[in-house]
Amino acid sequence: MKDLVREFTKGIFKENPTFVLALGLCPTLAVSVTVANGIGMGLAATFVLLGSSVIISLVRNFIPGKIRIPCFIVIIATFVTITELCLKAYSPVLNRALGIYVPLIVVNCIVLGRAEAFACKNSVLSSLLDGLGMGVGFTIALIMISGIREFLGSGQILGHTLIKGFEPVFVFGMPSGALLVIGLLLGLFNVLKNMKS
Amino acid sequence: MKDEFIVSGSPHIHKKNSISRIMWAVVISTVPAGIAGIIIFGLDALWVTLSAVIAAVLTELILQVLTKKKITVLDGSAVITGILLAFNLPSNVPLWLPVIGAVFSIAVGKQIFGGIGQNIFNPALVGRVFLMASWPKYMTTFVKPFNYDAVTSATPLAALKEGKVLEHISYLDLFLGNRGGCIGETCILALLIGAAFLLIKGYITWHIPAVYIFTTAAFTYIFGGAQLFSGDWLFHILSGGLVLGAFFMATDYVATPLTIRGQLIFGLGCGLLTAVIRIWGGYPEGVSYAILMMNGATPFIDRYTKNRVYGTK
Amino acid sequence: MSIQQFLTIFISSVFIYNVILSRFLGLCPFVAISKDTKQAFAMSAAVTFVITASSVVTWLIYRFILLPFNLAYLRTISFVLIIAALVQLIEMVIRKTSPVLYRAFGIYLTLITTNCAVLGAAVLNVDMFFIDGYAVAGGFYYAVFQGFCMGLGYTLAMLIMSGIRERLELCNVPRAFKDFPLAFIIAAVLSLSFMGFSGFKF
Repeated sequence: MKDLVREFTKGIFKENPTFVLALGLCPTLAVSVTVANGIGMGLAATFVLLGSSVIISLVRNFIPGKIRIPCFIVIIATFVTITELCLKAYSPVLNRALGIYVPLIVVNCIVLGRAEAFACKNSVLSSLLDGLGMGVGFTIALIMISGIREFLGSGQILGHTLIKGFEPVFVFGMPSGALLVIGLLLGLFNVLKNMKS
Repeated sequence: MKDEFIVSGSPHIHKKNSISRIMWAVVISTVPAGIAGIIIFGLDALWVTLSAVIAAVLTELILQVLTKKKITVLDGSAVITGILLAFNLPSNVPLWLPVIGAVFSIAVGKQIFGGIGQNIFNPALVGRVFLMASWPKYMTTFVKPFNYDAVTSATPLAALKEGKVLEHISYLDLFLGNRGGCIGETCILALLIGAAFLLIKGYITWHIPAVYIFTTAAFTYIFGGAQLFSGDWLFHILSGGLVLGAFFMATDYVATPLTIRGQLIFGLGCGLLTAVIRIWGGYPEGVSYAILMMNGATPFIDRYTKNRVYGTK
Repeated sequence: MSIQQFLTIFISSVFIYNVILSRFLGLCPFVAISKDTKQAFAMSAAVTFVITASSVVTWLIYRFILLPFNLAYLRTISFVLIIAALVQLIEMVIRKTSPVLYRAFGIYLTLITTNCAVLGAAVLNVDMFFIDGYAVAGGFYYAVFQGFCMGLGYTLAMLIMSGIRERLELCNVPRAFKDFPLAFIIAAVLSLSFMGFSGFKF
């Protein structure tokens, strides 16, 4: 039981895909303009991670080693297509905001990375928890970054104005602002790490 | 910088140049333009410049204390960054704007690369484009010259971009700085005095500024008008931040190429990019973007313009 | 189809919407391989080649197979597989025909299979040059040209970045910002300076 809990929590803290492993940064930077987009992207990626982890771990014993990567990609792409179609049907606004980054979940290193490193070697239950943990970790990172960017870039969080009279720093709503935030955050984490050791 | 170093045995003649000496000389060279800015735009210009300088110096001091580096605040390089940043701002900005810009310039433009001599980009310009992207509203409203009650007016370049008929501004007005614009860029006469001082002292060479200004003029002459070869090149030289940029920012020691060949390429690139942005870009002025882009390309230019070591292939 | 259109595609995909600095595609190799100019150049050449080739193939597949048979929803799956197969094919051809070329950038080809820039370009071409399921006039040429220009933008960002990072090796960068963090901050400044081109119009 303890192991299972650990499978879940490691994705959130110790092996956080964004901050610790620095994986899957493309969507993190691209869609983190507003918290709403961040949450949407995080949930979409979590769904794909969860689904592909479970299926891959179910069929892991039938896939020949040599062609496992193409098989993983097909499974992942299936889930991405499901996500795409659902988004298009139920939330066209979000779909337009996320744009090409929804289909690009296919090539997100986190998803393929978990399939290759974990799901193809472990039982269904632990793969499920692993995928869920990674997805939650990814979502939390996205919410953090998009929170910083939305607050600084427009003075709002989820569309609510927080401080009256705050002059929004537009640059944080732009691509360069995303690069700046991630660069400074990574540096900050390093500073904290150095202070600890 | 001369290419012909002659290496010989001692005794050597000692020249008293040092980093701080040169930096303070550059500070002195900006004084005429600063005074002109204050005369043209009133005391606001002084407050903006002072707050940028103080913020730059304090940021440098704090960061050097925090990272336990040698304290080199007094070498004048932070002062010059503050001044150049302020020269690129309108005079009527709220005072927190130059402060934030200066903090950003020093922290992200300079100290993060390891401090003086190691920055890739011109720190003042890094601060300027950051402010430009963040608060375009403040960065693009300018005060009318000699009208201290803050009547806003467009810069000549912005008016040109919006297709308005230019209010009659003579070349003499442009040369003396009787126009809307940033604090330090308007009075060409004062800028040239400062530049002449630096050139005579040998602290900067003519290569980058000359090629830069000539390229911009040539390109705007060819493509800037309604037909080919009918652009108003003199207008393009005298308006905007071209002279300020060419003499004071494109000549940054650290962020520009080392060899003369590299410097010529650098000037050419700056000139082309500036003219292209002015003629076809969305912004009226492209000097700071052009210089930053070429700063980025500098290590690459250096790599391919290295002087050949004598006797090797 | 007009020369203006091509110029606009060129400026916007090389500078304004640079693949790396503005669309954030192909970021991993950008950070990982941009420490050495030679490697960076080989990688960019490989990426440019593959993006252009895959733009051709994916446009044709979308126009002549997916659309007529009403299979547009299979876009993502089919594009991923096509690109993977295409990269494999190119690798095999190069290995057989030109060992020199293979040594120069063959090893990077395998890395490109799941490079988001390639898939991103394909998806973007489909999004931009098909309206309501019909190809816009001249769309094929636009798509291929856009793919090629995205590759150029990739090359530009890689080369500038590798030059800068080679120089940074000699700099006294604060320990916490070494490598990754500083690479992102440099990219941020580059992206700020490329904003000078925004609103570009002929």
